[in-house]
Amino acid sequence: MSDAESPTNPNLNPGAQTDDFEAVEVFPESTDMDLRPGADNCYKCTACDVSCPVAEVDDEFPGPKFQGPEQWRLKRKDDEPVDDSIMSCSNCMRCDDACPSGVPLSQMHNTARGEYVEKEMDKLSREYIRNRILANYGTLAQLGSMFPRLTNAMMGNSLVQMVNEKVLGITSERDFPAFATQTFREWWNERGGPKVRSEEKRVAYFHGCYSNYNTPEVGKAMVRVFESFGYEVVVPKQRCSGTPMFANGMLEDAKRAAGINVENFSGLLNEGYDVIASCTSCSMSLRQEYPELFDIDGIKDVSEHTYEALEYLRIHENLEDELREVSVDDQSFAYHAPCHARNQGLDRQSVELFRELDGVEIEDVGDSCSGISGTYGWKEEKYDKSMQIAADMFDHMEHAQGDVGMTECPTCSMQMEHGTGYDIKHPLQLLEEALV
Amino acid sequence: MAITDDVLVIGGGIAACTAALSAAETGARVRLLAHKKSTLRQASGLVDVLGYAGDEGPFSDPYAGLDALPEDHPYHIVGEDGIRDGLRLFDEAVGDAYQGGHTDTNALVMTHGGAVKPTARYPESVAPGLASSSGDMLLVGFENLTDFDAPVAADHLTAAGVPFSVRGVTLEFPKSFRSDAKVTRFAKALDRDESVDGGTARSVLADAIDAELDGETRVGFPAMLGDDHDDEVRDELADRLGVPVFEVPTGPPSLLGLKLEDMLFDALDEAGVRISAGNPAVDFEAEDGRIETVIVDQKSRRTPYEADQIVLATGGLVGKGIDSDREHITEPVFGCHIPHPEDRYEWSEPEAFGSHAFARFGVVPDDELRPTDEDGAVQFENLRAAGGVVGGADIAREKSASGVSLSTGAVAGRLAGEEATQ
Ligand SMILES: Cc1cc2nc3c(=O)[nH]c(=O)nc-3n(C[C@H](O)[C@H](O)[C@H](O)COP(=O)(O)OP(=O)(O)OC[C@H]3O[C@@H](n4cnc5c(N)ncnc54)[C@H](O)[C@@H]3O)c2cc1C
Ligand code: SF4
Ligand code: SF4
Repeated sequence: MSDAESPTNPNLNPGAQTDDFEAVEVFPESTDMDLRPGADNCYKCTACDVSCPVAEVDDEFPGPKFQGPEQWRLKRKDDEPVDDSIMSCSNCMRCDDACPSGVPLSQMHNTARGEYVEKEMDKLSREYIRNRILANYGTLAQLGSMFPRLTNAMMGNSLVQMVNEKVLGITSERDFPAFATQTFREWWNERGGPKVRSEEKRVAYFHGCYSNYNTPEVGKAMVRVFESFGYEVVVPKQRCSGTPMFANGMLEDAKRAAGINVENFSGLLNEGYDVIASCTSCSMSLRQEYPELFDIDGIKDVSEHTYEALEYLRIHENLEDELREVSVDDQSFAYHAPCHARNQGLDRQSVELFRELDGVEIEDVGDSCSGISGTYGWKEEKYDKSMQIAADMFDHMEHAQGDVGMTECPTCSMQMEHGTGYDIKHPLQLLEEALV
Repeated sequence: MAITDDVLVIGGGIAACTAALSAAETGARVRLLAHKKSTLRQASGLVDVLGYAGDEGPFSDPYAGLDALPEDHPYHIVGEDGIRDGLRLFDEAVGDAYQGGHTDTNALVMTHGGAVKPTARYPESVAPGLASSSGDMLLVGFENLTDFDAPVAADHLTAAGVPFSVRGVTLEFPKSFRSDAKVTRFAKALDRDESVDGGTARSVLADAIDAELDGETRVGFPAMLGDDHDDEVRDELADRLGVPVFEVPTGPPSLLGLKLEDMLFDALDEAGVRISAGNPAVDFEAEDGRIETVIVDQKSRRTPYEADQIVLATGGLVGKGIDSDREHITEPVFGCHIPHPEDRYEWSEPEAFGSHAFARFGVVPDDELRPTDEDGAVQFENLRAAGGVVGGADIAREKSASGVSLSTGAVAGRLAGEEATQ
């Protein structure tokens, strides 16, 4: 976690004074935290700028160094308004990973975006409404999945798509992800919840919106794999992880969702459950963004007990030996590591694991960003940039041996499919095939 | 259960990569554990072995300078064989992308300031610009790329007495970017040959230079000639101009350094080395003088990694392998002993380029590169050190940075691998 991790430092409460310095409130509305120490850590090496996929294709975007430490210093002196370019940052968090000096870049961006949206954005503007709709995908999906066939037919309708683009600014270039006819939660309830009971091995599954509404097969694979290792799996009630909300500066929405998630999961920790996510942006959010941005009871505990599913098995089970003893039908994958997996140090684990699995060829298609970054690539004005960013990944995928893609992130997988026409699998699905 | 391997290499720079490749050659199962991107991204991309020692140099044969180095220099532990082994691993990892492997002699490469420095290996794209080869030079800089001032560099080179004429011009890049655009933006524009007023990036650029050429037989640019398709960019420019083109290594962020990093990581992949990047090693558990577990801080949670042998390659003061505050110099992961004068004022000399004590700070290795304590005893039986974290070398003055990393990496990695697979 970044250096400015602790929003609970009592010295930094609004208006609080200490003998040493006057606590400066930079974004008083949206947060209590003081990011100054982080800003001062920047020694302008520009490592963050060269790793920013948006700056690479968008000449208007001044890059993470400006959005983070520099903007922050400006604000401190003159209370400058947040620069509107902050809305072009896709929240891929690559800059965080690149900074050798521990500057909390994404925390600064998230906070600045929150302030920009709150103070400067017209709440009746098309952009605000569009962003709010995209950010609250979970709500939309909930509605859509009530009548999945109808919604799928409608969303695929070119007239509806044109209206989306013209009226809302949602690109018509993309096909809406299909809603599953049965959500993961419906399946879970129908099967009667956990099939395995255990006192020692317990996990609480954070499925997120996408694997609930769109790809329940990923959630099912996760349950079956964990149960095959003897885990009791529970599926608490939950809201969106908040990832799309952070990226659109909807911090209030995100905080509400975080509050519900933390409440529902933190109680389980005492009973010995760890939190498992199958989407790397969800695990990132619970692990890093929640405690960086919000001060909620139990948040730190949840953060410390959250794992990505494969990561969990690697730490707690002898996954490698298990995989070495089995085989699957011949298949060959082009693997893309999501930016948020990279940030958790998980970008190599699938390649590493499946390399040992008989029947599987897997190749890492390199460290380019997929460019869709959640909601970014859905915005009409960002679509082209999103595809430009992805060009390297498409290129590497087409040159890879595999003709099936693999990734942990639902929106990366949309982009991979969109650009190459490949089918995309989640690592858990391959694990299910191999072990269950 | 922890994540378990035979050899765990901690670090992500050139020392760590070499140690991992070297350990993998012994058949050991190796993991590289890196926190941030390495200093390779800022480094020039050149691989220096030894240019100067004490008051001697520049050496045309780096091995000839070994005797002039102080007794506690890491080169004396690894010896000439260790240096050669490090270079061999490097050459195998980067293939044709680097030159210099055909000879023991240092090449004289120009730096972006217009100085000339002795180096052992250099990127292929740099080769036509060697100060040791002949041919008049035109250096081209760009208004928006302030890192490289071509006329100044040309003056410096001329003043250094090179046996050919050098002229520098500053041009406008065919496509206009924001005033602080990144070098990667220029590289991408050439990679993709983006369309610009009057044609495409490559052709318009070549035309502008052609108009400037005045009999020069080679043309140099700051290192920005393409990223993924760099060969193609250079070939096309050379074709259009009718003379070879070359790149001059730049300061951070350095495209040549970035590319070297990619090549080394590809080589790790190829060698089957497992990689965990993005989180720092912060702690350890030891028993009977052996490190049993290394603890990694994975976003506020502690993940255990186990290995039979461990190589510490976390870099020096820049890479964060060595920490300092006003009183102390420490090695933050294992608390290895780093000798330093009690008095802070003895850490450095008044002159910026003086013989600073801090430059040589680092762990004190035994003859197997294991860090020792104040009494000279081995600190942990299964821990070895490589690269910038090892003390005794003044890499900036000696021009020995990558050489020290390569050779100590090669030797530490091999010893660790052999021990683990015994
Ligand atoms: C600006 C600049 C220019 C240079 N120019 C040249 C040149 O012209 N010629 C030359 O030969 N050399 C040059 N070098 C030096 C060279 O590139 C290397 O930096 C040097 O060899 C040291 O390498 P290293 O692998 O020991 O450490 P570093 O490259 O410093 O790498 C250290 C690595 O360890 C990681 N790390 C640190 N702590 C932890 C931890 N707790 N857990 C996990 N990982 C950790 C870091 O994230 C980093 O990846 C230059 C360096 C710089 C900075
Ligand atoms: S989060 Fe991603 S898009 Fe935003 S500034 Fe950082 S690197 Fe750029
Ligand atoms: S990488 Fe970190 S230190 Fe370097 S410019 Fe960016 S914020 Fe500053």
